[in-house]
Amino acid sequence: MASDPLIEVRGLVKSFTLHTQGGVVLPVLDGVDLSVEGGECVVLDGPSGSGKSTLLRSLYANYKPQGGSIRVRHRGTVVDLVSASPHRVLDVRKHTIGYVSQFLRAIPRVPALDVVAEPLRMLGVPAEAAAAKAAALLDRLRVPEPMRSLAPATFSGGEQQRVNIARSFVVDYPILLLDEPTAALDAENRATVVQIIREAIARGAAVVGIFHDAEVRDSVGDRIYRLTGYTAAA
Amino acid sequence: MSEHPQTLLTVTGLTRHFGRVVGCEDVGFDLWPGEVLGVVGESGSGKTTLLNCLSGILEPTAGTVSYTDRTGQVQDLYAISEPRRRFLMRTDWGMVHQNPRDGVRMRVSAGANIGERLMAVGARRYGDIRAEAGAWMERVEMDLDRMDDMPRTFSGGMLQRLQIARNLVSKPRLVFMDEPTGGLDVSVQARLLDLLRRLVTDLGLAAVVVTHDLAVVRLLAHRLAVMRRGRVVETGLTDQVLDDPQHPYTQLLVSSVLQT
Repeated sequence: MASDPLIEVRGLVKSFTLHTQGGVVLPVLDGVDLSVEGGECVVLDGPSGSGKSTLLRSLYANYKPQGGSIRVRHRGTVVDLVSASPHRVLDVRKHTIGYVSQFLRAIPRVPALDVVAEPLRMLGVPAEAAAAKAAALLDRLRVPEPMRSLAPATFSGGEQQRVNIARSFVVDYPILLLDEPTAALDAENRATVVQIIREAIARGAAVVGIFHDAEVRDSVGDRIYRLTGYTAAA
Repeated sequence: MSEHPQTLLTVTGLTRHFGRVVGCEDVGFDLWPGEVLGVVGESGSGKTTLLNCLSGILEPTAGTVSYTDRTGQVQDLYAISEPRRRFLMRTDWGMVHQNPRDGVRMRVSAGANIGERLMAVGARRYGDIRAEAGAWMERVEMDLDRMDDMPRTFSGGMLQRLQIARNLVSKPRLVFMDEPTGGLDVSVQARLLDLLRRLVTDLGLAAVVVTHDLAVVRLLAHRLAVMRRGRVVETGLTDQVLDDPQHPYTQLLVSSVLQT
C-alpha cells in the first residue's frame, strides 16, 4: 500500500563551520535523499563520523542544515523543517515528532513521573490521565514505583534511559527518531523497548533510528539507509 | 495552521540610543502565547535595555512594540496614552527584577506584597485576598507562617519567590524576567528554575527572560536570541542555537561554558 511518505528529505546539506577554531569547515551531509513512510523503520548505518547523528538531529531541527529540505506531514499539512519558523517547529515537535536522545537531559527536582507525563500535559491531557499513562509505561519499563516520585538526576544510566524512552513514547507521535535507545539497557529491558518500538511501527509510525545493537536492528528495522560520510563519497 | 494565529507581542526595529551610545539596535521578533523567549549575551550587550523597552519602562528611539490584549485588540505600546500603558503593565504583565528589592515593597509584609497586586486588579474582600495570598505563598514554596513578616527578614531566595508570587497573583499573560536566578546559590537557583518552569507551563504564560546563564535558558526558554553590542546576532530554537550555533559569537559563548 504505497502512501505519501511522512518524512521526505531532499538534497540535504549540512556542514559545521568552527569559527573558534580558525573557521575550519567540516562537511558532513552532502545531498542526502530519504523517504520514510508510515509503518516502516529505517535504520541509519555507516561508520563513526559518517553523519548518522547529524542526520537524525537535523530531522528534529536540532541541527540547522544549509540546504535541501526535510518535509514532514504535520496535522494535515506539510512542513519543511529546514525553512520553518521556530514557532512552527515547536508545534511539529509537540504533535508530530518524538525524539529519544542517548542521554536524558535531567531537569533538577522534577519527579520521573512528571518528566514522562509532560509531553501529554503539553497537549492538554488532564493531569490524572497523563499520570496514569506515564505510570503504565514506566511499569512496562520496570521503573519501580518508589523511584517515580524522585528526580531522575540521581538514577543510573539505564534507569535514566528508560525514563527518556517512556517520555518519548507516552504520546503516539506519527514520527519517531531514536538515537541508540537501547545502549544502556540490560537484555530484559532491551526486549521490552524492541516490543514498544514494534508496536509504534504497527500503529503506523514512521521510525528512523540509530541502533548499534545488531539484534535490536534486525528485530525492528525494515531497511537500512547507509551513510558513507562526505569525504568517502567525494 | 498554528494553534495561536495571533502573536502576543510583535516587535519591529526596536532601537534605543543613549546619546551616541547604542543600547539596542533594530531588534525584531514575534512572541506567541505560552512561549518563552530567552535573551542571552554578555554584560553590556543590550539585554536589559531591550527588556526595558519591551516592558514599557524605557521609550525606544525607534521601532514598535505591539501587544495583543485580552480582547484581541492590538495596542502599540508607545502610541497609546501613558495611563493606558500603565494599566496594561499592571493588569496584563509582570516584571521580575534581578534584585528582588526592586520588585518587592520592603516596608510591607509578605502577605500585603501579594495582596496589594490583587487589590490593584479589583479584589476587595480581606478574607479572599488573604486566602489567595496564602495560596500563592504555598505555590512558590514559602512558609505560610511568614505571611505577616517583613521582607527584610527574608533570604535572597525567599525574596525572589515573593517577587514571583507578587507578579503572578494577578494572572498576567506576559512576564519579563531580568536574570531571575542571578545572585542566588546554585541549590536555590535550581529550585527557583524548576518553580518558574512549572508556573510558566501550568499558567500558559508567555515570557521574555534575559540572562547570561545558558543553563537557565536551556531549561526555561523555547526560543533564544543572542545579543552582541546591542544587536541580535542569532535566533532560533533554544536547543538548536545551543547545540548547533551558527554565529561566531554564539559559538564562543557556548564553548566558553565550563563543563561540570
